[in-house]
Amino acid sequence: MTIDTQTVRKIAFLSHLKIEDDKIAETEQEFNKILDWVGQLNEVDTSDVRPLSAVNDTELVCRKDEVIEGNQADKILKNAPQEEYDYFVVPKVVE
Amino acid sequence: MTDITKLTIAESLDGLKNKQFSATDLTKAYLQAMEDNRSLNAYVLETPEMALKQATEAEKHYASGTNRALEGIPLGIKDLFCTKDVRTTACSHILDNFIPQYESTVTANLFNDGAVCLGKLNLDEFAMGSSTENSFFGPTINPWQRERKLVPGGSSGGSSAAVAANICAAATGTDTGGSIRQPAAFCGVTGIKPTYGRCSRYGVIAFASSLDQPGPIAKDVKDCAILLKSMAGYDVKDATSINKEVPDFVAVLGQSIKGLRIGVPAEYRPQGLNEEMAGYWDKGIEMLRQAGAEIVNISLPHTKYALPIYYIIAPAEVSSNLARYDGVRYGLRVDGNSLDEMYINTRSAGFGKEVKRRIMIGTYVLSAGYYDAYYRKAQKIRRLIRNDFLEAFKQCDVILTPTTPTVAFPIGDKSMLENPINMWLNDVFTVSVNLAGLPAMSLPIGLSADGLPLGLQLIGRAFDEETIFKTAAVLEKEAKFERLK
Repeated sequence: MTIDTQTVRKIAFLSHLKIEDDKIAETEQEFNKILDWVGQLNEVDTSDVRPLSAVNDTELVCRKDEVIEGNQADKILKNAPQEEYDYFVVPKVVE
Repeated sequence: MTDITKLTIAESLDGLKNKQFSATDLTKAYLQAMEDNRSLNAYVLETPEMALKQATEAEKHYASGTNRALEGIPLGIKDLFCTKDVRTTACSHILDNFIPQYESTVTANLFNDGAVCLGKLNLDEFAMGSSTENSFFGPTINPWQRERKLVPGGSSGGSSAAVAANICAAATGTDTGGSIRQPAAFCGVTGIKPTYGRCSRYGVIAFASSLDQPGPIAKDVKDCAILLKSMAGYDVKDATSINKEVPDFVAVLGQSIKGLRIGVPAEYRPQGLNEEMAGYWDKGIEMLRQAGAEIVNISLPHTKYALPIYYIIAPAEVSSNLARYDGVRYGLRVDGNSLDEMYINTRSAGFGKEVKRRIMIGTYVLSAGYYDAYYRKAQKIRRLIRNDFLEAFKQCDVILTPTTPTVAFPIGDKSMLENPINMWLNDVFTVSVNLAGLPAMSLPIGLSADGLPLGLQLIGRAFDEETIFKTAAVLEKEAKFERLK
């Protein structure tokens, strides 16, 4: 499988990353080299194999749905690039 | 008095208990050594005030006889562990002003046992890399043959270099595809990636959550055993941590390995394997045979697919985990005319080249139309890799392999800069272990002809770090590897 310039632009947008126009060709080439390399996986017959997403066999346990640490807006906002009235501030999204 | 920074943790604890030196003496000696070795660029932040305060506290505990397991032992902390009120960056520009408001469980465990924090150690940005060259703060220099400016390995390269250079008693590391073991091998020190779930990941900045695991890097096997005991344990804050008792790893050191079955996988001896590495592997096999172990030839047939599936699964998790860096809640913000533009400007300025590469690969393999062909396929082969190990462990108790294909390489190596796959190949012997969730240790076995360390890797069954420690102690005793003084 290979990808084209248009796909590179689409993936960059989905990733919320900017690729300068003069870097698109390079990125495309690099991507295709990597995809070519992972293409060797097609040698493996996996028709009867279940996917493995977690290595632990144990069941996930549920905790009680209750507040354990609350009322710490100051700590949560401590690293915010911009905050006001105990809220994160973002650029205007509604006209 | 001999230079106390050269002592192991076990030796330092004896010295502290016997009042040969105080916790403040020990911390000050390390702080001085750190200052003298700043040219290595191992630390990205030194925390002398915190260290001296903790050392004073440790002295009180010794005075009152309430000294804990690591009382007064000065450690370096990989800058991927959140440390409360101490800047934590993952060595990324996107977090270079981040001050965590909470402590990671692993560092909390260490400090609750009396350890002293000397500072934060360099790594490849978000732990993605094998050389520390991807750090926003520049690469760390391997303390072996400093003038050659070799890499210390990565991503825990600041940790392995600091331990080797005696500018911390030991360090924390994390391992997603080899990030504890490869740098330990390159710097002639010992490191263990525990079983997935043994140590809590809470407060460790996430890279690939199904693969990440914290562990120690130390001067020898015993120090790793002491540290792992302190770091490990169940944590309600990490849903993937396992509620199992943590054994006393030190207790197994020195036990006989008579009759133990050592697996030697054929697939780890590819054509063209570095001859010196192959030679030391054979020596290691012989050492264990001499100690009474039985050598078993095994096969891990899907080994060659481990690296390509890792570079599907890890980036997929990266694209998801790193979506949180959006310039809103913490970290860098670069303004734009709209919300989308702000996101894009922030992330484009904040992330380095390798991180962007992996976010994009991950986004691609998870995107509509490609999910089954890449991500699902990789997860299926991940199961085959795990099954290979389950089969192998029916015939053997522990597996011995090389840790890396080569010794440390120079900073700025062209073939790796030009082709990322060449850099990724550093992890060819280590990455399967993460995919299978198993524990594995790297320990130094000897020097190459031009005087650089080489490491061997021991892989164990899930939650059987004890067999690894027991076997490693035998190899360590026989190899008589000399650490840097």
